[in-house]
Amino acid sequence: MKKDIILAGVGGQGILSVAAILSNAAMLEGLWVKQAETHGMSQRGGAVVAHLRLADHEVCADLIHHGQADILLGLEPMEALRQLPFLHTYGVLISNMEPYLNLPNYPPVEELWTEIKRLPRHILVDGGVITHQLCNPKALNMIMLGALSDYIPLQADSLKTGICELFRTKGEQLVQQNLEAFDAGRAFVAKQPAV
Amino acid sequence: MKRHLFLGNEAVAQAAIDAGISGAYAYPGTPSTEIMEYIQHSPTAEERAVHRQWSANEKTAYETALGMSYAGRRALVCMKQVGLNVAADAFINSAITGVNGGLVLAVADDPGMHSSQNEQDSRYYGRFAMIPVLEPSNQQEAYDMCYTAFKLSEQLQLPVMLRLTTRLSHSRAAVSLRQSVHPHELHLPQNLKQFLLLPIFARKNYVGLLEKQHRMEALSEQSSYNFQEAGVHRHLGIVCCGLGWNYFREVFVGREIPWPRVKIGQYPLPRNLLEKLEAECDELLVIEEGYPMVEEQLRGFFAAGKPVHGKLDGWLPRYGELTSDQVGRALQITYPAPYPVPEVVVPRPPSFCRGCGHVDAFEALQEVVAGYGAGHIFSDIGCYALAALPPYQGIYSCVDMGASITMAKGAADAGFFPAVAFIGDSTFTHSGMTGLLDAVNEHTNMVVVISDNQCVAMTGGQQPAGLGKLEAICEGLGVDPAHIRVFTPLHKNQEDMIRIYQEEIEYDGLSVVIPRRECLQKATRRRRQEKQKQAKN
Ligand SMILES: Cc1ncc(C[n+]2csc(CCOP(=O)(O)OP(=O)(O)O)c2C)c(N)n1
Repeated sequence: MKKDIILAGVGGQGILSVAAILSNAAMLEGLWVKQAETHGMSQRGGAVVAHLRLADHEVCADLIHHGQADILLGLEPMEALRQLPFLHTYGVLISNMEPYLNLPNYPPVEELWTEIKRLPRHILVDGGVITHQLCNPKALNMIMLGALSDYIPLQADSLKTGICELFRTKGEQLVQQNLEAFDAGRAFVAKQPAV
Repeated sequence: MKRHLFLGNEAVAQAAIDAGISGAYAYPGTPSTEIMEYIQHSPTAEERAVHRQWSANEKTAYETALGMSYAGRRALVCMKQVGLNVAADAFINSAITGVNGGLVLAVADDPGMHSSQNEQDSRYYGRFAMIPVLEPSNQQEAYDMCYTAFKLSEQLQLPVMLRLTTRLSHSRAAVSLRQSVHPHELHLPQNLKQFLLLPIFARKNYVGLLEKQHRMEALSEQSSYNFQEAGVHRHLGIVCCGLGWNYFREVFVGREIPWPRVKIGQYPLPRNLLEKLEAECDELLVIEEGYPMVEEQLRGFFAAGKPVHGKLDGWLPRYGELTSDQVGRALQITYPAPYPVPEVVVPRPPSFCRGCGHVDAFEALQEVVAGYGAGHIFSDIGCYALAALPPYQGIYSCVDMGASITMAKGAADAGFFPAVAFIGDSTFTHSGMTGLLDAVNEHTNMVVVISDNQCVAMTGGQQPAGLGKLEAICEGLGVDPAHIRVFTPLHKNQEDMIRIYQEEIEYDGLSVVIPRRECLQKATRRRRQEKQKQAKN
């Protein structure tokens, strides 16, 4: 068994937190893990990507081979599409629909959605609406983690433990808010047809 | 046993602590920064009072680490690849002095130039200095190699280089730790002339360094980081260095690897091991991250022998980061074409944070300088280098730290007017001060803008060496206090800023303008920490 996951987004969207929770949970569940991150200059509002590789055997390379990712998780639709060459033809793309606008020439978002809908297996998550319902604009990354959770070989409980660990120092309220966001992401995907 | 999910950099840091360092010395630089940051936050380092403050630049970092080694204690020094250019004088000479307490240099290269001006390969520096180089291929090796490097350093009485690259530095995997040993007691070198590189002593030391080369090679032959694995297809032999080993094995996941192969993790190269591989195979392929260093060396080893393939003959690309795709293609494996990136996708380069003080300082300057035409602003390495991108496109040089001041001076020397340097506070104290002294001594007609955001922002907001000292430094170097102008870069001060820039450009002499406003990221982080502290109390 192996799961190669690409996480794509914009610097500041919280990709590293998602990656940290996933890889910690995987390690605790006894899997081999490698997780390549983007640090440095691109974190200044630029495109960021993390490669996360889980397997029940040794993981060699830190980077995923093109066309081999089982899942591509986008915190933002254009960033999801930027990493498309990594996705396996039968891989699943799960992306937030809402664009992250810090560019003068951002393309019409409908065109991005059209591209995503061309893929045989995709889930578009209405991250904007869910964050609004939760009154928590900062929880997008945990919503997307929740959306991903049914497509990976990790227990939802391990991920929740990871959320608690990560936010523990920041107070009980924040822990609860992030757990709620995680559940909201899970609930959203549960209502969609399986892909 | 408890395992830790460490970045390569964190593994190096923890290993250095566990090996009993008394000090870590560094100047920040992606992809090396997290090594020092980890040590700064380590409770063990705190308990043992390990030195772990940032240095003013890589040269001061290296020399201070060498001084700690002189005093008999173990020291780690960390930097990015271009930092080693700055520290090169100290580094090369430290191979001639040798060490007393173990001295390990962790240097992180950046193939693909994710956050750097070039892709230089530090292994060449290691060879140039004639010291051992260790090149890990995974996080556990990064830990193990760093841990043992201190012993190796003391055994050979030489500094040891640990060569990292971005992908290992910034990738996580599980790491198991070894026993943590306590720092050494102070003890002077046995030979008190060891660190005296006057020619009469240096000649002797240099001969000593040459004599150590055989021992270094012998250690490489025995090293568990260098080994051969058998394969049935003898027409090609593979030599993998560092991360190249992972990419090569990735190509064959779940299958048997058909070719005999050697993995290299310790230099100088184990000649016998490689000659054995050459004897078995018809041709060789070298898979290494960075420049084709081993490939070149092997061509030399087997002068009359078998063909060596790699980056020099195009089997692998000469530039950029290595990937398993490239390695697979070099081995004639064809892959189905992956999905292309849809055409609607546009680039998203890094950008200034909204409300950044550099922007206000720069926009006002650009407005003034526009009156003189294009090409007047020499800039430097820091967040403000983003002024090279739209919508500003208003700086014309960004070469190496400190070069804005000296290049502006050279242009002014050539008769160019106005010559303006735009530099950050940390870059100024890293390498700008000496250039400013040259300008003071020659009354150069130029304006130096030191955009002071009170931190090293680009690399994550570290404490800058010149905090609160910039005016005093400039005055001390001899800049006329009447032409040291300080203001707060805020849009509402636009008129004042423009007037000040205008006056100083028109002044026939040297001026320093200091726009000062704390980096927004840093301010947010500081407030959050203060709040957390309050909540605790
Ligand atoms: C010799 C060298 N060391 C380190 C770096 C990494 N580096 C790039 S920008 C930068 C920060 C410069 O700080 P400052 O000039 O104050 O600008 P800021 O990022 O705060 O705007 C550093 C350390 C480098 N490029 N070259």
